[in-house]
Amino acid sequence: MEDNVANNTSEQNKTGLSTDEFIKGLWRDNPVFVQVLGMCPVLAVSNTALNALAMGLATAFVLLMSNILVSALRNFIPKEVRIASYILIIATFVTVTDYAIQAISLDLHKALGAFISLIVVNCLILSRAEAFASKNTIGKSIMDALGMGVGFTFALFCLGAVREILGNGSIFDIALFPHNFQEWVVMILPAGGFFTLAIWLLIFNGFKTKKAAV
Amino acid sequence: MQQTIQAGASQDSFKMLRAMVGIGAFCGLLIVLTFEGTRSRIEKNAAEALERAIFKVISNTTKTTTYQLDANNKFIPFQKDVQSDFVVYAGFNEEEELQGLAIEASGQGYADIIKILYGYDPIKQEVIGFYVLESKETPGLGDKIEKDLTFIVNFAALDVKLKDDQSALVNDVVYVKNGTKKNRWEVDGITGATISSKAIAEIINQSAGQWMPVIQKNKAPFEYIEVEQNQE
Repeated sequence: MEDNVANNTSEQNKTGLSTDEFIKGLWRDNPVFVQVLGMCPVLAVSNTALNALAMGLATAFVLLMSNILVSALRNFIPKEVRIASYILIIATFVTVTDYAIQAISLDLHKALGAFISLIVVNCLILSRAEAFASKNTIGKSIMDALGMGVGFTFALFCLGAVREILGNGSIFDIALFPHNFQEWVVMILPAGGFFTLAIWLLIFNGFKTKKAAV
Repeated sequence: MQQTIQAGASQDSFKMLRAMVGIGAFCGLLIVLTFEGTRSRIEKNAAEALERAIFKVISNTTKTTTYQLDANNKFIPFQKDVQSDFVVYAGFNEEEELQGLAIEASGQGYADIIKILYGYDPIKQEVIGFYVLESKETPGLGDKIEKDLTFIVNFAALDVKLKDDQSALVNDVVYVKNGTKKNRWEVDGITGATISSKAIAEIINQSAGQWMPVIQKNKAPFEYIEVEQNQE
């Protein structure tokens, strides 16, 4: 078994890139449903599908760019100052993203509020820089960032869609129910974030357990 | 031996310094470039958002001119380099007739400062429109001040008449419980968003009490002035 893993790893090293790096973030090591990382924006900004999607994409962009830079500079950054350097790199791309969102839509910027700046301290990004990008090639780091970024965006969207549908009776601001639908206001309040996350975790882990049993 | 260790340590320090300074310089440059690249677009977005808000609070408006209060308490067309405590946006229709004035105001809400824009008709002496520019009120509850149509209707014709000596409002704008509004200067509150809707009534009351006398005493001839579009 261990030999197999070792063989696989050496094969991947030869080819440089592996779709496994991408898939693991999407499903096996999904940052929200499996690693339960970066919970602050997951709970706070997933009150509508659009906010969730925008937040997910902003985080994915920062993750991708910081992974590329950290990987490219991995032999240049001494280990004593690595965390400070990673934070500097991440903070820069968060600032860039902040300006970009303001340029795209002020309303979106208003909706995401302080959570854009808080991407800096999202443990998902720092953990990928430290655990993966600083030890792997640029190509692999890109695949890892794309997988984790898409996985994070997907998870946020799952939460945002459910919360918007139940809490506001709409998705992407398009009304789904007749006028007499009584919205579950609690779903777009912070408590609704916890409820929805718990249900998604239950479903996700239910799937995994079932699969493992088979 | 000691010398070798010292040399190694200073080499390590140099590497750390080189890494931090290098990354810092690169990051600084990237931020400056992004800021410069997006600045004009962000300013344009902000100006458009404000203009859209003005159109919302003064109906039939298609053109706007910004005025400011100068040191002699007279309204003059807005100049970027002149400091002013008070700015109003005059809204005009296609025929360049004054439709109303839009005034910014702010005050403490439930979560944070709420910033609003309201329309004012200087002839009828009424508030004629209302829009929330900035608010962090609780989603689903406090943010109803932006969405609840029965609340927004309060500001379609809210009485802010001045006393004969033009010193203060005849009736203060006051908050009343939902469904108990009897007079045109009362603001019918929202159940479940009492603090936020009360805050709006207080913000308008405070702003109207302060600025309506200035506007009425001035009897300023607000005129449409065409501004040349800034080339980006």
